[in-house]
Amino acid sequence: MYSEKVMDHFTNPRNVGEIENADAVGQVGNVKCGDIMKMYLKIENDTIVDVKFKTFGCGSAIATSSMATEMIKGKTVKEALNLSNRAVAEALDGLPPVKMHCSVLAEQAVKSAIYNYAQKNDLYFEELEGFNPDEDHDHHDHGHEDEEH
Amino acid sequence: MKKRVYLDYSATTPMKKEVLDEMLPFFNVQFGNPSSIHCFGRENKAAIDKSRTTIAKTLNAGVDEIFFTGGGSESDNWAIKGVASALKNKGKHIITTEIEHHAVLHTCQFLEKEGYDVTYLKVDKYGLIDIEELKAAIRPDTILITIMYANNEIGTLQPIKEIGKIAKENKIIFHTDAVQAYGNIEMDVNELGVDLMSLSAHKVYGPKGIGLLYIRKGTKIQPIIHGGAQERRRRAGTENVPAIVGFGKAAELAYENIEEHSSRLIYLRDKLINGLTEKIPFVHLNGHPTKRLPGNVNISIEFIEGESLLLMLDMVGVACSSGSACTSGSLDPSHVLMAIGLTHETAHGSLRLTIGDYTTEEDIDYVIENLPPIVERLRQMSPLYEKVKGGN
Repeated sequence: MYSEKVMDHFTNPRNVGEIENADAVGQVGNVKCGDIMKMYLKIENDTIVDVKFKTFGCGSAIATSSMATEMIKGKTVKEALNLSNRAVAEALDGLPPVKMHCSVLAEQAVKSAIYNYAQKNDLYFEELEGFNPDEDHDHHDHGHEDEEH
Repeated sequence: MKKRVYLDYSATTPMKKEVLDEMLPFFNVQFGNPSSIHCFGRENKAAIDKSRTTIAKTLNAGVDEIFFTGGGSESDNWAIKGVASALKNKGKHIITTEIEHHAVLHTCQFLEKEGYDVTYLKVDKYGLIDIEELKAAIRPDTILITIMYANNEIGTLQPIKEIGKIAKENKIIFHTDAVQAYGNIEMDVNELGVDLMSLSAHKVYGPKGIGLLYIRKGTKIQPIIHGGAQERRRRAGTENVPAIVGFGKAAELAYENIEEHSSRLIYLRDKLINGLTEKIPFVHLNGHPTKRLPGNVNISIEFIEGESLLLMLDMVGVACSSGSACTSGSLDPSHVLMAIGLTHETAHGSLRLTIGDYTTEEDIDYVIENLPPIVERLRQMSPLYEKVKGGN
């Protein structure tokens, strides 16, 4: 069901934890859907020098969080804002269709943290135009359950 | 070989060797069509009758009250649609519960679209219906009560006998989906007062793809599969002889030493429940502590999500299931866990471990030893857990 890369990032997630006195913190998702991602950034000279995450969610939610943190570490804030969910999913060698929403959540977590950074420092990023960190990100596919009878 | 612990007996069971041995000749040697008049057919007709007799005995039912189907889901569909169709001129109201298997729920929803009216009884925190609510739900146009015997997720056993009595007093047909209960508890259709009962072979160490519907003599029900004279014109289609033979053998074995089987399962179940709730903080049992299936353990583990848990358990060789939305591919967590009042996050963190005949005490110890560090690891990753640790 999951690629080897997804399983690798799930079993050995990179950058798990918190950053004390982080320059930016963002949280997305909701318990209703079963995924919550929280991301902490340390930003120096417009560059993300450190990133940590905590995730409540399924295997792919943890793997996409881990991959997203790897992809933005060392990048400029602007570069991080251009991280797309597709890029995260591709870097993991793909996700099952019903799990694509996890990659969307990872992208939103990064944006949400940077939104927090922008607010704190009174910065403007055109990439955040129209972004609402409190939006209910419901990107689930409404599939059908496997029956068991 | 890597250790493997199967704790998903409610999903399906391995077939017993005796069952397989009994079935094998019917694939190639004794292969006749039971409807044929020649000896090839006749001997298979006899094999089916033998199986029917064996199963009927386990239920204290009449031999002519057992009708083989393609499985539990078909039996549920037949019971509900068959009664709805037969009694449509009498009434169009059906009573069921919120925690039925989807084979019942989706069939009821289908009938709602066809103009039937369905009452879904609520359950308490243990998953039990309220008998008074059932009585209050009965109307002059109620034609069917369909309430499961044992819940497939949380293992709660409903007061079937009491429900049967109420159904009889009100002259309403009573169906129960006893797929999970069969082979785990003793049952007598007359004592229980059921008119229709769905069973499945693969939950009792028999083959997949075979089930049955018990139909009390005189119960008004239409067939849903037309096309032949099989099963006394009520369920068309050439009989799945090897599977029927296997079902019979599995039923015989299940009830040979039912008391020993269930007390052994209860011992292992309670050991697992106690072991996990003692070793892991923020864990609670879902379902009723005693009115539950002998082999069912369902716990909620706070602050973590079920699919992650299943993946990690799978890595250490433990196979079980969860009520998390992520394991089902749908948006919502299990309807059963929501019905007993769990919050979304707690329902997402549920784990179902179901014990069976091949489960050993070592297996239980293995899970009690291996689950706590996995839970701790996932909690360390969870943003929900930091709040608890931080005390705010």
